[in-house]
Amino acid sequence: MNDAPGTVEVVARSSYGRLLAYLCSATRDVASAEDALGEALVSALASWPSDGIPKQPEAWLLTAARHRLVDQARRRRVREQHQESLRTLAAGSAAPVSNSDAFPDRRAELLFVCAHPVIDPALHTPLMLQTVLGLDAARIAQAFLVPPATMGQRLVRAKRKIRAAGIPFEIPPPHELAPRLEAVLEAIYAAYGIGSDEVAGVDPRREDLAGEAIWLARVVQQRMPDEPEVRGLLALMLFCDARRAARRTPDGRYVPLSEQDPAAWSMDAIREAEAELGAAAQMGRPGRFQLEAAIQSVHSERVQGGRTDWAAIVVFYEHLVALAPTLGARVAQAAAVAVAQGLTNGLALLDTIDLAAAATYQPYWAVRAHLLRNLGRTADAAEAYDRAIGLAVDPATRQFLLAERG
Amino acid sequence: MRYGFLIYESTRDFEARGSGPDHPYIAAWRAYHKALLAAGAYVGGAPLQDAGTATTVGIKDGQRRVQDGPFAETKEQLGGFMILELPTIDAALEWAARCPAAATGAVEVRPIDDPAHEAIVAP
Repeated sequence: MNDAPGTVEVVARSSYGRLLAYLCSATRDVASAEDALGEALVSALASWPSDGIPKQPEAWLLTAARHRLVDQARRRRVREQHQESLRTLAAGSAAPVSNSDAFPDRRAELLFVCAHPVIDPALHTPLMLQTVLGLDAARIAQAFLVPPATMGQRLVRAKRKIRAAGIPFEIPPPHELAPRLEAVLEAIYAAYGIGSDEVAGVDPRREDLAGEAIWLARVVQQRMPDEPEVRGLLALMLFCDARRAARRTPDGRYVPLSEQDPAAWSMDAIREAEAELGAAAQMGRPGRFQLEAAIQSVHSERVQGGRTDWAAIVVFYEHLVALAPTLGARVAQAAAVAVAQGLTNGLALLDTIDLAAAATYQPYWAVRAHLLRNLGRTADAAEAYDRAIGLAVDPATRQFLLAERG
Repeated sequence: MRYGFLIYESTRDFEARGSGPDHPYIAAWRAYHKALLAAGAYVGGAPLQDAGTATTVGIKDGQRRVQDGPFAETKEQLGGFMILELPTIDAALEWAARCPAAATGAVEVRPIDDPAHEAIVAP
């Protein structure tokens, strides 16, 4: 029995990002590296079943892909700008590659390229998913509600720009690091999709990308273990992911956080999240993702049967909003204040949010409706419920709100 | 940009229409309509009666062909249409996803053929 196709698949899935990042780090040409790696995978599928699986499958693929890159560059030799990369590649392909540890992991650098300021921020996340994780354009398009062909074109254009702009494959120097790292973390968080399940506004489009987002955060964490915000983001996503099974009933109905059964939460994920958050806190450099993770950590304490410490949550939100006054954070802050300090205070805080900014922000209307209903302002609540229902994308959220509205 | 939404609905959706204004079907559509109005996107539209009431007109070989029923038979029927004013196709697809029929049927989004429209309505 020969499991060559299976091996190609395993190597492709586990090593795709590493191989691609290493291949394009020399040339900055992501599209050519993708083509070369794709061709190498095809020839592996053709030759491994008869020749046997090489001892170092990754090294085999890397060598095959490099030869194809050299061929590609030769074919385009007439163009002056490729001389440099041809020389680089020729030098590289002469050096034998023994095993996967022999070539450096440049995936973190590739993530910094994908989230570079010259690239449209809307494409940061799709680029990361395609280059580092090897997701195809159709699946990415699905998650971002864009036709597959359109997503494909946008990605091709972005890769052309990476090459044309000469974006360096490097971890930015210390004086540039903070904003650049923030862009990388933002893009990873965007793949996660779910802002917060404290509010009935969960958008399920990217629910199936949650695992991918956590994986990307681990890639950065391994490379930059001393950056507390990286650990904070990883902790935040793990806390939220721990509740994935509890967020829906078996028949698909939406369950708000306050009604979730902590017994259905994943203890492994919570423990790992606590460890990451603890390590981040030790570094003494707080940030928005650490604060958001801290809020989720307080919610997770319900696992021990304890009550939720809403006063602590409100304090964390004050710091969070001072640091990053996003619409999502301000709406969630108002919801928390309503529990800790009374409905009227929560609503007053909600009223400070600019209505124009919140007009199509579904969680704002869901929180507003909930507070107005509990204040007995039935007619105003019904109006707000209608807005929240009308803006809902997730059918389960819509059903939940329709039932609440009554 | 103006976009046309062709809204395909399941038999259950059509049946739900007669269940009174408090039925989730009507409530969801009322909420969606309000949200569109609030966003300034709504230009026009209306629900249609079921496909059994449809008559399809075509001309083939110079002859008028009148067919009883909708143009294409599918499990979902064309249940309504709307014209929305939105800045981009991305915004149009976002609103299509929020449409109640997106969960039970389908919503086809097409740009309005403005030149053709102007040519037709020109005095």
